[in-house]
Amino acid sequence: MEIIIGGILLGGTYALIAMGLQLQYGVARIMNLANGEILVAGSFAALWLFAGAQLSPVLSLIIVAPIAFVGNWLIYQYFLLPLVKRSKNQGQLEVDSILSTFGISFIFVGVMHAIFGGEYFNYEYLEIPFQVFEEPFALNRIIAFLGAAIAAACLYFWLNQTRSGLKLRAVSVNPDAANLVAINVNRASAMAFALGGAVTAGGGALISMFVTFDASIGVLFTMKALIIVILGGVKEIRGSIVAAFVLGLAETAVASLIDPGLTLASAFLLFILILLFRPQGLFGRQTS
Amino acid sequence: MTGAEVRNFVIAIVLFALAALIPLTGSGYWLSIGVSIATFMVLSTSWALFSGPTHYISLATGAFYGIGMYVVGLGIEILPYPVLLLIAAVLGAVLAALVGLATLRLSGVYFVIFTLGLAELIRQLVNWGQTTQGSSSGLYVLTDISEPMIYWQLLGLGAIVYLLGWWINRSRLGFALRIIGNDEVVAVHSGINTASAKIILFVVSGTVATVTGALLAPRLSYIESSIAFSPMLSFLVVIMALLGGAHRLWGPIIGVVPFMLVWDLVTAKFPNQTTLVLGICFLLIVYAIPHGLAGLVEKYRARARGAF
Repeated sequence: MEIIIGGILLGGTYALIAMGLQLQYGVARIMNLANGEILVAGSFAALWLFAGAQLSPVLSLIIVAPIAFVGNWLIYQYFLLPLVKRSKNQGQLEVDSILSTFGISFIFVGVMHAIFGGEYFNYEYLEIPFQVFEEPFALNRIIAFLGAAIAAACLYFWLNQTRSGLKLRAVSVNPDAANLVAINVNRASAMAFALGGAVTAGGGALISMFVTFDASIGVLFTMKALIIVILGGVKEIRGSIVAAFVLGLAETAVASLIDPGLTLASAFLLFILILLFRPQGLFGRQTS
Repeated sequence: MTGAEVRNFVIAIVLFALAALIPLTGSGYWLSIGVSIATFMVLSTSWALFSGPTHYISLATGAFYGIGMYVVGLGIEILPYPVLLLIAAVLGAVLAALVGLATLRLSGVYFVIFTLGLAELIRQLVNWGQTTQGSSSGLYVLTDISEPMIYWQLLGLGAIVYLLGWWINRSRLGFALRIIGNDEVVAVHSGINTASAKIILFVVSGTVATVTGALLAPRLSYIESSIAFSPMLSFLVVIMALLGGAHRLWGPIIGVVPFMLVWDLVTAKFPNQTTLVLGICFLLIVYAIPHGLAGLVEKYRARARGAF
């Protein structure tokens, strides 16, 4: 029981991490390998606001998310859009955007390292035990889980029920055809990329309440987000939420039953299984 | 062989002979830089053998390299050194084949993601294995292999890589790879088994990286998983190969030499800003010199030829 609830809570965290990447890769077609660094930047921002201004990490979302939105918009406009225009095909864009976002991620790590140093950080906020089925769980984890649920619900509603969300889905299905029906593809992509960044940074602010982090930990989050997105199927937001829970449960089970040092191994095992048996993802549709 | 090929061969042999003389200068500084340059020459060139034509970015170099180190570290007390090199090569080849089979049949993104985590995955497994075995976390490699010996071995391996690359370029396999790199759909339709061509090349490049790790293990004398499976290594290899130009066999080396000389300064003067510098290098390569220094050379050569 402890494993299941722990796994579900961890899965909620992972869903937060993966949703941002999902938007960026699914719509803007940018495999953003700096995603984990943006998350960690969000964590540092929350830490800084908490330590400096006593601002609750939950409230700091109001500041962190818009800044991340603008920042990611700028990254898209000035770094990634030139690559989109330059590349002749999807393969070329993938290679270029992978290298470019690697560069960006290293710059993020370098800058955060210069500002905060190489130590590990954590702080205590709402570490109050909270009873779920007679097992104690920290309240901050439950808040992060609720945050993930709210974010997922909003995104799902927005993408499926509104006109601007429909535009994004159209671009995600076929950018050329979307262009033909008078959708500004570059703007929709920038929008998706920036929104994805904002969700990611917001997730970082929430999970900073209970995760120990340092300047260079981002790549681990990137890894997990990528595995979740592929596990769930690249263009399915529901898929990645389910996949996040699968990964959360698997990792919690492995960590508590075998060895806590093997969490990445369990993620990889899932990854290999999905590559071998269902490369389009759990919810993805087969393409041609 | 054409005249140009004979000329290139002679140039290559002369350069290798000159490079082989470095240990004789007796300067410890140049020898240690020489070993680093030779290491990355081997790693980047073998990386480019696979990633150059196919445009698949492999970040697995660190994983192979670390496995090579650990094979030597674990076996040095039991088996003779050449046997260990052979075991390392076989292990590297098998691992590369498995990774290739799992990922290279699909789109390139899966491959990048998989290789990105591979070094960390193997590091976790090694740590886990060591703690369940109850052994200490580090390994001592005590041999009488001196640094000049390591250097010459690396040069030898480098020569093998160049010959192999030259031969692959001339063969049907190399031709197939270039088609895959240009357009995979066309390659499939002209009857190329794209997956097996890619896997073969990845195995070659993974084997070379594993042997390189095995060759360098005696230099460290104490191996720890965080050193052997350093994530930085894979990125450095990618940067140097792309800086030089991954589409030519001679491309990576013209990236390795200047980069290592500068990198040596950077790590000495600004040890805390290395990641930042690495990031800026990545961006410079993507935006300023997408085809590497080799691409620049070719462009100016073509322009000079056009002028006459």
